[in-house]
Amino acid sequence: MSEEASKEKRKIKSAKKMRDLMTTYYLDALSASQNNKKVAWITSGGPVEPLVAMDIIPVYPENHGAMIGSAKMGEDLCAKAEDMGYSADLCSYARSDISCAVVKGGPIGGLPKPDMLICCNNICGTVLKWYEIQARYFNVPLFIFDTPMCHTGYSRPVADYVRAQVDEYIRFLEKVTGKPFDHDRMAQVGKLSMEGQRLWQKVLNTTRHKPSPMSAFDAFFFLALIVTLRGTQVAVDFYKELIQEMEDRISEGISIVPEEKYRLLWDNLPVWYQLKWLSNTFSAHQACLVADTYTSAWCGAIQYIDPDRFLDSMAEGYTRIYLNIGVDQMAEQVIQMVDVYDVDGFVMHSNRSCKPYSFGQMDIMNIVRERTGIPVLMIEADMVDPRNFSQSQVETRIDAFMEIVKQGRDKH
Amino acid sequence: MLTTEQMQPFNDAVNDPLSAETASKEREIIGTLCTYAPEELIWAAGFHPMRLFSSKSDIVLAENHLQAYCCSLVRGILEDSLAGRLDFLTGTVFPHTCDSMQRLSDIWRLKGKYKFFADVVLPVKLNTPSARTYMLDILNTFRTELEAAGGRPILEQDLHEAIHLFNRIRRSLRALYDIKSQNPSIISGADLYTLVKGSMIMDKVQAADRLEQLVSTLMPVDTPENDTGRVILSGSVCDSAAYYQVIESADVQVVADDLCTGQRWFDGEIEDQIDPMAAIADRYMDRMICPAKHSDLTIRGEHLASLAKKHRAGGVVFLLLKFCDPHAFDYPYLKEFLETRGIKTLRIEVDEQQDNAGQITTRIETFAHMI
Repeated sequence: MSEEASKEKRKIKSAKKMRDLMTTYYLDALSASQNNKKVAWITSGGPVEPLVAMDIIPVYPENHGAMIGSAKMGEDLCAKAEDMGYSADLCSYARSDISCAVVKGGPIGGLPKPDMLICCNNICGTVLKWYEIQARYFNVPLFIFDTPMCHTGYSRPVADYVRAQVDEYIRFLEKVTGKPFDHDRMAQVGKLSMEGQRLWQKVLNTTRHKPSPMSAFDAFFFLALIVTLRGTQVAVDFYKELIQEMEDRISEGISIVPEEKYRLLWDNLPVWYQLKWLSNTFSAHQACLVADTYTSAWCGAIQYIDPDRFLDSMAEGYTRIYLNIGVDQMAEQVIQMVDVYDVDGFVMHSNRSCKPYSFGQMDIMNIVRERTGIPVLMIEADMVDPRNFSQSQVETRIDAFMEIVKQGRDKH
Repeated sequence: MLTTEQMQPFNDAVNDPLSAETASKEREIIGTLCTYAPEELIWAAGFHPMRLFSSKSDIVLAENHLQAYCCSLVRGILEDSLAGRLDFLTGTVFPHTCDSMQRLSDIWRLKGKYKFFADVVLPVKLNTPSARTYMLDILNTFRTELEAAGGRPILEQDLHEAIHLFNRIRRSLRALYDIKSQNPSIISGADLYTLVKGSMIMDKVQAADRLEQLVSTLMPVDTPENDTGRVILSGSVCDSAAYYQVIESADVQVVADDLCTGQRWFDGEIEDQIDPMAAIADRYMDRMICPAKHSDLTIRGEHLASLAKKHRAGGVVFLLLKFCDPHAFDYPYLKEFLETRGIKTLRIEVDEQQDNAGQITTRIETFAHMI
């Protein structure tokens, strides 16, 4: 087989459908006001299901940030935010979104104007400030879904507080839309959301196969649906097809990395503007990033959610997600992933833009090293702002790390 | 001006938290990392709540836990702990504030260096009834943890006494700030900073007594004729007398602040006629807000504008600790909010590892001409 044909064979076919679905989704969102539909901006880890049940179109500034990063438009938009007075040390998703709202830039000319903002702080404190800024700028109502950090566990007071906010959230939506909340529809959406999350977990689990049919780089791409269309039939149908394709690839022996020899685990957000380069660099070492802590966060709280009592259990599910727990619990999950995906090394992205994800990484690194014995690499970068990325430096470090991974494997 | 003798105990406490003159004699020390730490409860349980600051030593050991893009306050305090400079602590309490403090709490807990450890994960929203209920629940949880650590129940009487004590400190500091605002030359900015910081560190009965003594000796005199430039400081911590000195040497007076090391610590008294736990919760819901918390969208702008009006300040100097996200996010809106109301602003970036106060002289002098 020619190299071209082999490359073509490795391509994941569902990618085109996924792109089409995302295009349709963004077109719907951009034309929402013409169709008398309301738009809510919501944080990536936010409780979207009540919005879907209310026929409100959820829009994700963080997904938009990822698009800006992938389109390599981050530097320009971040610099514009700095001209507006925002420190260059602030989150690059926030900086690029804040300036984009004003200059209507970016790959799709800015997001549709929100009718309301839904901010859930289970991922960071940054979103709180970011959404306050947008609430002042767009002068629209802001709902904050406050999910107290669960350093060591989930307590009764936290459960009561978050559950009370589920009701406040619904009243907020009723007030903004002027429509009563449809609990029957909510029950359906809750079930679809759960099904979508289970299917997403199944997609990610296909990489347990050796060689892996897809990589974390593909997961970063296919993630968009479970984030943006969670709770819809569209997401459920798509992931079923994707799983089918992965199973077909497995049975036909098609791997994403040619001659996969080493399996790695990734930590933190992707480096959106260097995905292709990073993917090629690891591939050249016959290494596949088979899993990551980031994309699995959208199915990590399944255990807490009861689809028959979705609203009640959602409080716990949204509070106990990966980033809203203690560093030691995060390390435990990493160790579990090392085992489940049988990886030979751990690559950590120390991400200047994401403090709750990055601080504590060195402790996680030590715990993982000690408990599993696998080598760990930490690279310094930023998810959207390329000014904090040195390609030559990262390349040297990856090369050195892969030498250690190879030696480690040879010992076994 | 305050005499050296008057300032001595506060300087001692700042220079050496365990200073024989000002440290508690019987109480074990619980370190606090934020103005939202419920100090009344810690005191009522029989401990001495002491605010921790960075000693600003070189970061060596903390390099293995926190990246360079973490603020110098968080890294500096971790360094002090790892280097054994805080071994006098019986424990620490971490109220939930920013992302960096939240992870410092995890790292600290895993190190397990001290006997007592508590996270007090307060609500981020301070403007809803359910958040208030949760605030009260969390304070009650913390009370139980303290009772276990102290080996005795906290009685209503203990709470009332602690509230009374802290209210005395707050009242005196407020009086001192008012005196400073009315006649800035009576207390230098550096002294006022030392009084606040010293009070955060020293034994609380001593702080209350000594502050009251100072207030009684410092009755305000007439407002001076030459009205110098008057500014408000805003930021997280301003842990260096040098900033006050640089500002004052440019003939500008700091007449109020919105700082962790200032009015945010002592703003708002606790009601002593109602249930003490509820009263403590209410103060946190109502007092001057930290940007890591949420209330009305323009509450900080309005607060700064009203402070400026009340204290006839022509400008606000933002002392922004590098890598402090909550304050950095608020800065552009606060600048615009204040400037459209005729209040000038100046931003100065602060890094506790490098005292750059000397380098801002020219900027302060230029600013002095604008206000």
